[in-house]
Amino acid sequence: MAILKGVHEAPAGGFHGRGNTSMSVALTGEPLLRSLAQGDYLRLAAVGSWTAQHASDLELQVDSAVAQGNSVNRIDLDMAGVDNIDTFGAWLLERLLRGFAEADRRITIVGMPDRFRGLIKEAHQSNRAVPGDAHEDVLASVFALLWRAFSLMTRDVLLNVEMFGALVLAILRVLIRPGSFRLTSMVHHLDRVCWRAVPIILLITVLIGAIIAQQGIFHFRRFGAEVYVVDMLGILVMREIGVLIVAIMIAGRSGSSYTAELGSMKIREEVDALQTMGLDPIEVLILPRIVALVIALPILTFLGSMAALYGGGMVCWLYAGMSPDVFMARLREIISINHFEVGMSKAPFMALVIGIVASVEGLQVKGSAESLGLQTTASVVKAIFLVIVLDGVFAIFFAAIGK
Amino acid sequence: MLAPINSIDPVISVRDVVVVLNHQAVLDHVSLDVVRGEVLGFVGASGTGKTVLMRTILGLLPKRGGTIEVLGVDLGKAGGEQRRAIERRWGVLFQQGALFSSLTVIQNVQFPMREYLKLSDRLMDEIAITKLEMVGLKPDVRDKYPAELSGGMIKRVALARALALDPEVVFLDEPTSGLDPIGAGDFDELIRTLQQTLGLTVYMVTHDLDSLNEICDRIAVLSGGKVIVTGTMATMLECEHPWVKEYFRGKRARAIGAAQAHA
Repeated sequence: MAILKGVHEAPAGGFHGRGNTSMSVALTGEPLLRSLAQGDYLRLAAVGSWTAQHASDLELQVDSAVAQGNSVNRIDLDMAGVDNIDTFGAWLLERLLRGFAEADRRITIVGMPDRFRGLIKEAHQSNRAVPGDAHEDVLASVFALLWRAFSLMTRDVLLNVEMFGALVLAILRVLIRPGSFRLTSMVHHLDRVCWRAVPIILLITVLIGAIIAQQGIFHFRRFGAEVYVVDMLGILVMREIGVLIVAIMIAGRSGSSYTAELGSMKIREEVDALQTMGLDPIEVLILPRIVALVIALPILTFLGSMAALYGGGMVCWLYAGMSPDVFMARLREIISINHFEVGMSKAPFMALVIGIVASVEGLQVKGSAESLGLQTTASVVKAIFLVIVLDGVFAIFFAAIGK
Repeated sequence: MLAPINSIDPVISVRDVVVVLNHQAVLDHVSLDVVRGEVLGFVGASGTGKTVLMRTILGLLPKRGGTIEVLGVDLGKAGGEQRRAIERRWGVLFQQGALFSSLTVIQNVQFPMREYLKLSDRLMDEIAITKLEMVGLKPDVRDKYPAELSGGMIKRVALARALALDPEVVFLDEPTSGLDPIGAGDFDELIRTLQQTLGLTVYMVTHDLDSLNEICDRIAVLSGGKVIVTGTMATMLECEHPWVKEYFRGKRARAIGAAQAHA
């Protein structure tokens, strides 16, 4: 031991370039593996704590010792100076030995304390599997990515269609046996998605109506056409904005909660439990939710549209000085029942889309908390996107039938 | 640094601990010592507060009174830095595994290393694989998510994570619950092997009579908010407390005893 002390300060010849650099790095930490090279003979002395705390320094010293080992024939390793060792130290010792074995060097280990043997044996047996070939073709991986995106999209469409089909079947079954419909559950969900949504829907639609009216007045004033604000407000709210805003809000408010509920039931195997009891999860969990939504959305749309007109009317009165009588008279003149029907008839279809997307996404949740968050986001984003697409399709349809 | 090995110093020392939950004293002046290098089995009827004591030692539940010392540090008085140093030196296996569901198996095992040690990616991968192999898993589970694992595999990965930093003390909360008898036996053996190779001190909450018999050096029994008896299996069999008598000499225990005598 006395000979070995301080040896690292004057490295003997035969170091490779890499050995030199890593050696100097290693010296910044506590020396754990001292080395002395004498011609074709390398003496290593392990000292100190070979534990997790020193693993980082030890790794550098082990790697540089392996590099040094390349230039010698005979290696001695003295383990007597090691105070304690853990898995980290045992593994790095194993890495050292494997490094020498790979270079076909003979190594003699002396002074190994008995209490380390179990751990070193464990380390010796580990990391034996050869890692798989990680080589990848860039072009192929791009195509694989595109293909995956495409197949995911197709699967999504199929899942939604499948859910629609399953829902129709469930409705038919319920029509044959009306007793099997979960009325209590439906009423409970109706309370949540309709009654409890009223305040926030009213608040937001009043504001939207007021903003539309204010903007209209501000810009129409230049042409002296303030009175046409009522036309714009009435038609916009009745046909488009009322139903669209409410549908988007409900997709965010109730669609997300449907997905999260169904998803956590899926995680905790409640859905599977239902199935094994011979109950159809679609009939028990999803049908009442979607029926509640289909009832709720037209009601909320009606309330929202009225609130938007009210908000717009208030702004016309307070901001443009148009008396409520004038506002109402103008509104009666331009709004026909047609506009109202167009708006209202879209609501149940939008509710159906929101409900189906939310249910499909909920049942796609797999095991983890992250997956639940991911599917909830997907549910809201997809539902809002589809609601807007559906609105466009309806616009084309109503234009074609001249309504 | 590691404390010098001394067979008498208690690694965990609980003195007169009182824990009150919902206005009810769940632990009423509990005292318990766990000696370095032993496997202590902690038993008691369901709902008597076995897990409560473990969670109190770990600092997850507040205590009303008493002191808890772990590795010579009074946790009630320890500051943040000192506490973290102790937390680095223990590992916990929760009953349900408590793996991070958004991380893969290998990321779960590497998590404590990443937080506490500055290691190269290569070394972290190698150590994590070593740990996984030590707990009897194949390296090809490395990129699976916890949701894709079976119950037994989850327990093993959780044990690998608990051992990630080579702790001195390991807390196991019902390690064999939910495993089949063969799996539970394997797991017991695994804990025993790891305890011997790594020199661990193990604090094990359990219901499993086999585990108690096979791997526990000492057993402590909790009843009525107090530790009523501690000692070896032989002490338990001689104890005249009705619950202890029923537990260790009841029908199930006799069945096991008979099976062992037969073998």
